[in-house]
Amino acid sequence: MANYKYHMLVCGGTGCFASQSDQIKKNLAQIIEEKGLQNEVQVVITGCFGFCEQGPIVKMLPDNTFYVRVKPEDCRELVEEHIIKGRKVNRLLYTDPENKEHVADSKHMEFYKKQLRIALRNCGFIDPENINEYIARDGYAALASVLEINNPLATIDVIKKSGLRGRGGGGFPTGLKWEIAAKNHADQKYVVCNADEGDPGAFMDRSILEGDPHSVLEAMAINGFCIGANKGLIYIRAEYPLAIERLLIAIKQAEETGLLGKNIFGSDFSFDIELRYGAGAFVCGEETALIHSMEGERGEPTFKPPFPAQEGYLKMPTNVNNVETYANIPVIILKGWEWFSSIGTEKSKGTKVFALAGKINNVGLIEVPMGITLREVVYEIGGGIKDGKKFKAMQTGGPSGGCLTEKFLDTPIDYDNLIEAGSMMGSGGMIVMDEDDCMVAVSKFYLEFTVEESCGKCTPCRIGNKRLYELLEKITEGKGTMEDLDILKSLSKVIKDTSLCGLGQTSPNPVLSTIDNFWDEYLAHVMEKKCPAGQCKALKSYIIEPDLCIGCGACVRVCPVNAIKGEKKMPHEINQADCIKCGACIEKCKFNAILIK
Amino acid sequence: MEKIKSLADLKKKREALQSNLKLREQGENTESLIQVKVAMATCGIASGAKQVMETIINESNKRHIPVVVTQTGCMGYCYAEPTVEVTKPGQDPVVFGYITPQKAEELVDKYLVGNEMLDGVIPVNYEKVEQ
Repeated sequence: MANYKYHMLVCGGTGCFASQSDQIKKNLAQIIEEKGLQNEVQVVITGCFGFCEQGPIVKMLPDNTFYVRVKPEDCRELVEEHIIKGRKVNRLLYTDPENKEHVADSKHMEFYKKQLRIALRNCGFIDPENINEYIARDGYAALASVLEINNPLATIDVIKKSGLRGRGGGGFPTGLKWEIAAKNHADQKYVVCNADEGDPGAFMDRSILEGDPHSVLEAMAINGFCIGANKGLIYIRAEYPLAIERLLIAIKQAEETGLLGKNIFGSDFSFDIELRYGAGAFVCGEETALIHSMEGERGEPTFKPPFPAQEGYLKMPTNVNNVETYANIPVIILKGWEWFSSIGTEKSKGTKVFALAGKINNVGLIEVPMGITLREVVYEIGGGIKDGKKFKAMQTGGPSGGCLTEKFLDTPIDYDNLIEAGSMMGSGGMIVMDEDDCMVAVSKFYLEFTVEESCGKCTPCRIGNKRLYELLEKITEGKGTMEDLDILKSLSKVIKDTSLCGLGQTSPNPVLSTIDNFWDEYLAHVMEKKCPAGQCKALKSYIIEPDLCIGCGACVRVCPVNAIKGEKKMPHEINQADCIKCGACIEKCKFNAILIK
Repeated sequence: MEKIKSLADLKKKREALQSNLKLREQGENTESLIQVKVAMATCGIASGAKQVMETIINESNKRHIPVVVTQTGCMGYCYAEPTVEVTKPGQDPVVFGYITPQKAEELVDKYLVGNEMLDGVIPVNYEKVEQ
């Protein structure tokens, strides 16, 4: 019988998987077997630990040692040193960027200190492919108690009182949504989990499905019981192969254990879950478009009402919730609404998972209580801006959101505050920008995405966004006029007011928000034909400062188009007509003699 | 796989499975638990540290005391192997020498459960570098 003294948890999220974490697991298992320790050391693949910046991650328990950036060839040293000799492998420990000290225990890392994990409670803790580990963590106990109480309205009431709001972006109260669906009578109803996560850079839903698929299945069954549905569907994009694989395993195990299927826990309640694959269209995250896509129609939204709760999948009442929303449900039922509603702010309860990315030191997935400030996220959890640069803005809400500037650093983050600040919660992407980022280019980036993803059904979104994009392109090329800026503003408002669905109604937000906060930058592009951040290629030129140049010729050798000329030991010059602005010279120059103007 | 047909089934199954994850749960709050380190360098292993560690784990499990047992390198007291260092939350570590499996049981009973000292305490003659 195995009597494990050590558990080695290897991150099996998509990020770490891509950096060979499966090979790490194989190597560890092989070396442990070789040393005859297979009954003493358990190697487990878990879901995402969140600290993707530092992946692949291997966590040792019970001493909670957190090894980062582990490579397959490090496995022997980990086993021989940590397990056999009981010595920590210092070179694989996390180094605090501030004081350069090794931090062995993840609890002491700034990245984890302020986090509170509810939706991610099992990610990086259990083996997602083993239902037993989920059961050991109180899995399916919430479903059991809901069925035992046998009062759907009472359960809906618990969700309502908890104050949980939809984590997919809109922030609609979840309990209320369930109540509406429960009140609509029909022979057949459906529960749909929206796993069509599409914001650029956001991956919280994927991490939950990969790390803790059963929590979503359990919550969907609870949802089904509450509204009177016996069928659940998960709409997931085909680009998430690992999440799909783990979901299929989870569904199979739950069925085999009798936790899904007919007469669950000996009750009258039966519930099945199936997957529906999406082709990765952003608009299918909108619930009506999602339902049409599931029906085999084109993924295009339709006008609401009727809401899905009245007329959804196959014209039957359907409740659609997002992955992260579902992941919160079992805990709320087990720990009570009082507990849940004690976390967060007045109108936004609980926690939110954010995908932290951009010019920040600690890139990764974080779960924080609502009401935390941007400053805490950026400077404490995020570890500050990369290379000691200056914070410029944080983009939240993806292509539907806006930018939060320095003046919002101390604003508590919740649904309402973000909207007031001209952005939105969205599904939880957080992209940090520093002084080198051009805000006009940022809004152009998002518009490019929206143009690509617009389904084309309604005119304002199909043509309006294209025109917005063209205007931004013109401005970043230095051809913009003041009149263009006026059109930019008025067209944005028209698109917002007249588009059919959420995609078009929010797509001009990045433009409006950057106009509000960074009007100077737009003006500089138009009036002075300059990009203050030095990012827009057409608007910058590389110039050699003659006083600083010693004529070493390093730049001449690296220039791919031979645009730099000059005699040896004499200041050189860049021929602006030939220069392609690649920046190779600036990297080579040891005397900081090349400037961007 | 065996089917779970009732809440009682689920509870039974959960209890049976929970011990598998105990080690991981402990890792979440190491500070509030008793930490036992068994010196397991060549000298320790040669004098039976493996059996000592086994005994401490089994005996403390039997008595349901939450203990984090890990192994460590040579503590330098090779003359007194096997050696075991016990750190109770908020207290200074105490190092015990000459621990045989029998003595390990006694250690669990007396010091871990009862806070009673044992023979063979090695006086602390070092300082730890603050982390």
